[in-house]
Amino acid sequence: MDFLIFKAPILMVQASLDGILLGILFALIAYGMALQWGVMNIINIAQGDLVILGGYIAYTMYLAGIHPAWGVIVSPIIMFFVGWALYKLVINKVVDRDLFISILATFGIAIIFQQLMNFIFGADVVVAQSEYGTTMLFDNSVTLPNSKIFSAVVSILYAIALVIYMKKSRLGRAIRATAQNARAAKILGVDTEKVYAATFGINAALCGIAGALIAITLTLHPYVGLPYTVRSFMIVIVAGLGNLPAVAISGMGLGLFEEFADYILGTEFRIGAVFMLLVFILVYRRFKLSKKREYLK
Amino acid sequence: MNKLTKLFITFISAITLMLSSMSSSFAKVDGEYIVLGAAISLTGKYSSNGVHTQNGYNLAVDRINKMGGVEVQGKKYKFEIIYYDDESNPKRAAQLAERLINQDGVKYMLGPYSSGLTKAIAPVTEKYKIPMVEANGASRSLFTKGYKYLFAVLSPANQYLEVAIDLAVEKNGGKPVKIAQAFEQDAFSQDVRLGILDAAKRTGSEIIIDDKLPKELNDMAATLAKVKATKPDVLVVSGHTKGALTAIRQIAEMKVDVPMLAMTHCDAAKLSKQHGKKSEYALCASQWHKNLSYKDKFFGTGKKYDKDFKKEFGYAPPYQSAESSAALLVFKDAFERANSFDGDKVRDALKTTEMQTFYGNIKFGPGGQNTAKPMILFQVRCKGDTCENKVVAPTKWASDKFYHPIPKWSERS
Repeated sequence: MDFLIFKAPILMVQASLDGILLGILFALIAYGMALQWGVMNIINIAQGDLVILGGYIAYTMYLAGIHPAWGVIVSPIIMFFVGWALYKLVINKVVDRDLFISILATFGIAIIFQQLMNFIFGADVVVAQSEYGTTMLFDNSVTLPNSKIFSAVVSILYAIALVIYMKKSRLGRAIRATAQNARAAKILGVDTEKVYAATFGINAALCGIAGALIAITLTLHPYVGLPYTVRSFMIVIVAGLGNLPAVAISGMGLGLFEEFADYILGTEFRIGAVFMLLVFILVYRRFKLSKKREYLK
Repeated sequence: MNKLTKLFITFISAITLMLSSMSSSFAKVDGEYIVLGAAISLTGKYSSNGVHTQNGYNLAVDRINKMGGVEVQGKKYKFEIIYYDDESNPKRAAQLAERLINQDGVKYMLGPYSSGLTKAIAPVTEKYKIPMVEANGASRSLFTKGYKYLFAVLSPANQYLEVAIDLAVEKNGGKPVKIAQAFEQDAFSQDVRLGILDAAKRTGSEIIIDDKLPKELNDMAATLAKVKATKPDVLVVSGHTKGALTAIRQIAEMKVDVPMLAMTHCDAAKLSKQHGKKSEYALCASQWHKNLSYKDKFFGTGKKYDKDFKKEFGYAPPYQSAESSAALLVFKDAFERANSFDGDKVRDALKTTEMQTFYGNIKFGPGGQNTAKPMILFQVRCKGDTCENKVVAPTKWASDKFYHPIPKWSERS
């Protein structure tokens, strides 16, 4: 193996920037997952499929002649209601149950969504053109697609807005209270049912934003949702629940790790390397926890 | 329930069973119909190409039936196809093949869509000695297993882009070239890769980047950055429609300059429509193009086929449809030469097929692959905002000159 990346150091800059920009997008999806996992104790397998559905909303707008970037505003609004409806129809029946039941339920939702999207939008791979052009750095040797920069900026803006909303608004406070102790929150007059529905809606809206961004930066296909679910799952496991800075950092870290694994180990080990990392982190965490437990004894 | 009723029910069911088994044993030829079976992906991830395949089959059945059908032992027969939806799932496809053969009594099969599904069905048809003419499984491994009842009208996958390397060497003044390649890790794309390796060896060319793209591929920025840094003479990408669309998007965004870009699945990805000018100059492997000058008496020329297909289904036929139609022409020819409905006789007739169809010449090699038809390459060329696929190789069919090298992004408007 020739380790091209060390021969041409400029590639490191390229890899780092690509990784970070992609990681920010993953972090947004992961934050949605962390939020509803923390609040409702549900692992949403359909997360990636909600993302793709959001992407198709932007793509539909693109087909209708509207610039797909408007999708980052329209798509979350539509997706919020999709999420809300999904909660009322399915999730509220599994919310207090065993984790396994909710995984099964969301797995079922994922399949239904995939088939529906296949039915409505067809099985073809599609892209929406943003025509944003490219930014060249370092004498044209590093290229940054403006669409990727756009997607990172939008993700960051939405994340900041969400943090402020969670801190300041009434609903945000109610969501945080429910996450801490649902029973106590209920006793103190929080309508937890509404909080759950809103949380699921917000999660779906975040997926909608990410989907619209994916439509203009990557490609859409009814069956590519799962990798997004897996990546966000990983980020959440590493970062923990309800901790946005940690989610952002671990998202970017994952993006970076993937890019560098690609250069050093080869593209075929890219996904494999990510899974190896996951195993390593889980083992390491367990190791640290067991130490803590010994101390407590 | 008294004993008499029980006996009666048993009796009725026994008769029904007998009748059903009788009808199935005659189902291969039902009255004036020759019944063919096919499992097709009507839902699932291959559903668009599955539908193209089905449309191709149906158009050919209609045409052959209208033009007198199939003549066996002095009697005219018509084609009829029993379809099942395999949900793009290999396991399901194999089950359905069993069902077609055992329950529906089908004695002749048409192939499904994709190499993977054909691979799942071939062992079944082989087991029951059912001749299968398939039109959408190009993977080389299908033709190296020694299958005796499998016949493919299309060129095998390893031939897809070999021509492109020859072309690159030719443009380089006969000198070896530097090749960068990225292939998805699935049976089909890896077969295309083997073809490139052969061509590289033959021409003494060097492969400087050899990336294997993951199945969940949606980003190949890293591969393209490597390409940018190493400046190869030709970049080869194959990863189905997703690979083609991702590559073009990111090559344009990252302004990667390569003298030559060769790909597969351009027309299935509707590259020129989805990416417009960004896809210009991409060189694409294709099984068929309407401008080729092959002919037959059922569909006439490729252009005529294109017109008839559009009239019937409202869209231009991709090569997946054309090759599917050709499969039925092959069956008709084989039945008439065999002059029998005996499975082995039909198989022997298939084996000695040598014919021209609008889709190309067809002659089966020892493994069942079509050895008589070369792959063609077309290049995406744009006039203003409308882009078209122009055949550039092999020279015999070329309608346009191959544009080489690709102008740098800084010189493209």
